Amino acid sequence: MSAGVSRRDWLLSEQPASRRQAKLGQAYRTWVQLRRNKLAMVGLGIVLVLVLAAIFADVIAPYDPLSGGDLRTARLLPPSWAHLMGTDDQARDIFSRIVHGSRLTLMVVAMVAVIATPIGLAVGTTAGYFGGWVDTVLMRITDIFLAFPRLILALAFVAALGPGIENAIIAIAITSWPPYARLARAETLTIRNADYIDAIRLQGAGSGRIIWGHVVPLCMSSVIVRVTLDMAGIILTAAGLGFLGLGAQPPQPEWGAMIASGRRFIIDFWWVATMPGIAIFVVSLGFNLLGDGLRDVLDPKAAQ
Amino acid sequence: MTNMLEVKNLSVAFPSRDGPVRVVRDVSFSLGRERLGIVGESGSGKSQTGRAILGLTPSNGTVTADHLAFDGIDLRGASSSTWRQLRGRRMSMVMQDPKFSLNPVMTIGRQIVEAYRRLGRKSKSEMREKALEVLSSVQIRDPERVFDAYPHELSGGMGQRAMIAMMLVGEPDLLIADEPTSALDVTVQLDVLRILDDLVRDRGMGLIFISHDLRLVSSFCDRVLVMYAGRVVEEIAARDLHNAQHPYTCGLLHCLPKIDGGVRPLPTLERDPAWLA
Amino acid sequence: MTASNTKGLISVRDLGVTFGHGTNEVKAVRGVSFDVAQGESFGIVGESGSGKSTVLRAICGLAPTSAGTITFQGEALKAPRQPAFYRDVQMVFQDPYASLHPRHTIDKVLSEPLAIHGLDDPEGRVERALEDVGLGQGFRFRFPHQLSGGQRQRVAIARALILEPQVLLLDEPTSALDASIQAEVLNLLDALRHKRGLTYVLVSHDLAVVAHMCERLVVMQHGREVEELTRSALQHHEATQEYTRNLLVASEGFKAKGTST
Repeated sequence: MSAGVSRRDWLLSEQPASRRQAKLGQAYRTWVQLRRNKLAMVGLGIVLVLVLAAIFADVIAPYDPLSGGDLRTARLLPPSWAHLMGTDDQARDIFSRIVHGSRLTLMVVAMVAVIATPIGLAVGTTAGYFGGWVDTVLMRITDIFLAFPRLILALAFVAALGPGIENAIIAIAITSWPPYARLARAETLTIRNADYIDAIRLQGAGSGRIIWGHVVPLCMSSVIVRVTLDMAGIILTAAGLGFLGLGAQPPQPEWGAMIASGRRFIIDFWWVATMPGIAIFVVSLGFNLLGDGLRDVLDPKAAQ
Repeated sequence: MTNMLEVKNLSVAFPSRDGPVRVVRDVSFSLGRERLGIVGESGSGKSQTGRAILGLTPSNGTVTADHLAFDGIDLRGASSSTWRQLRGRRMSMVMQDPKFSLNPVMTIGRQIVEAYRRLGRKSKSEMREKALEVLSSVQIRDPERVFDAYPHELSGGMGQRAMIAMMLVGEPDLLIADEPTSALDVTVQLDVLRILDDLVRDRGMGLIFISHDLRLVSSFCDRVLVMYAGRVVEEIAARDLHNAQHPYTCGLLHCLPKIDGGVRPLPTLERDPAWLA
Repeated sequence: MTASNTKGLISVRDLGVTFGHGTNEVKAVRGVSFDVAQGESFGIVGESGSGKSTVLRAICGLAPTSAGTITFQGEALKAPRQPAFYRDVQMVFQDPYASLHPRHTIDKVLSEPLAIHGLDDPEGRVERALEDVGLGQGFRFRFPHQLSGGQRQRVAIARALILEPQVLLLDEPTSALDASIQAEVLNLLDALRHKRGLTYVLVSHDLAVVAHMCERLVVMQHGREVEELTRSALQHHEATQEYTRNLLVASEGFKAKGTST
């Protein structure tokens, strides 16, 4: 008890004694604030379940996700204790497929975040900081990407690159950075003329140091919020590509592709298409709730 | 002389993580037809005092007082219709920065006419006539131009004059001016003060002048309340200010640099925790 | 009068600063000249729109010089400034709430310039810088939002001094602070100047602050120089220009009609 209290005091100290304590204290304050938001905690819980399911898929899933049971007796079975979510037309356990599918979903989400966020941040902050022709060139390119509906552009890329989960990720990443670039640029424009940027310029810092060390950290939080909120859309796009047969290829347990294959039996065997649909819905909702909560905590405009 | 405004043990509190924080604590004073200055540094509660009198405390704050009356009308728990009767007609407020208190998408003239309309219907030309009159009463030399101007087209001093003009529409008995000249250049400051001074003299208004600038207030007001951390630490006639008793008042008075060679280093203010008690 | 050749540490000749072009052109500064000697404290006084801050920003390279020259140590300054220039000339901004990066600790604010210029013993220098401006080590790892306005301005002064410059450009360093805090910061600046032999160029709208801090000053209005005065000339009411006299009267406070002191 007393150890817990003193650790909390250490984190909330107004006079941190080291760089590490200051950083951890700041993170802890953010966490305390986030924890007060119940819905954000629900969202975080869902995202954590997704991550855990992806890591321990082999342990959790009771059946093999790729090869089914006896095609004569185990096809299209309704949900039961043996098959929590029923089986599909290949006699595969849907629950096991959804658990394994979380790996694909998480991979799409993580890869898109890792590829699109830095591109958007780099393009946006550079354009905003330098202005002039750099801004014009970079933002016109961004506009070109923004002019196409995301799914259509992704479809075109996948059609050109060939179907498959990797190409779907690349296509989604390429189509999702422009909004982040816009956002980062808008933030940079408000930061660019701030006194603290002038101050570091007067210390002799170069453009690279200013953008990376001073502008990016301030744009980061609003971009993170935006990316988190976009995750739902990314999952849906991935599922959409899968549904159209341009994303993950059979027999991979991708949720969108599972809906597509279950669509044929939706009247008689509703669970085949509905279960992966619920999974997509719940995970999208989770990211949205988390993003909303993060916005309240991280967005500098919402803060005091 | 009867007192227009009576304030006894006024407190304003805001909720915070560690329980309610009282930003104004047991402030008592009364005001006749005179100029009263309220002076304090940031966070002293001077602005919240002014807002509480006008019922403009932010909705999360709570105002308590043993007695708070304007011209015999109890302001504690006054209904919104009572406030409508009072605000604009009998008491008004001038804020620090005209940029934030004037509607940016309406011409000055329309805003003043609007204020007249709220007081009762008159013909359009009559209201325009009145608006031009009130604009010239705050020494705007070219009222026609200001009438048709948008707030951003006016300089700070001109905007503040227009703001004061708007507050005069209802011919109030009490004007609360919250740092009315702090956003203005020193030379313009004096013009605006002169206007306020004339108004108080000619119309017999009561004025509460809220400011951080002790010297300015003492040269302008009859009486000064000095606030520190939500409390009135000293109440003193402006002309006796050099005999101020409270160390905080003395500190505030002496810490300002002077043009004709003051002391060096400047005397600083030692804050005594006992002042909070 | 000084000769046309440059005698001062900083010499500004016929400085003009123009922003925008075409119909949006704004001439913020038109033809301002002055010299600042080594170790001197020089003031620029003016009201809003007088171009006083723009002169300061032009000296340190934040505003474009469109006419005239600025020389430092006898050499004309070129845009952009060399990194070495910033080791000699530093600036303190008006608003301490806007001049510190909201996500950087005080430690980071103070150690970054040392990293940029590759100075040795950063730990010791940061510690000494905090002591010099009267803040203890307890402030080192705080964030700006945990500090009061006066404390922030002390940090800003520490940041400006950590590169051990010769010249400090002070842009209304106390106008955002309460009167009692202003006195503390002015005393600190005064003490630092005497201890380190610094040269100050101080910009303010407050004649009293400039008279207190500076030996010589120039009064500006609408981007032009009104007159140049010494402190004693100001104190003995030897101002020759109408505008300067108006400023002097205004800074004495309000006088009601018909009363005299």
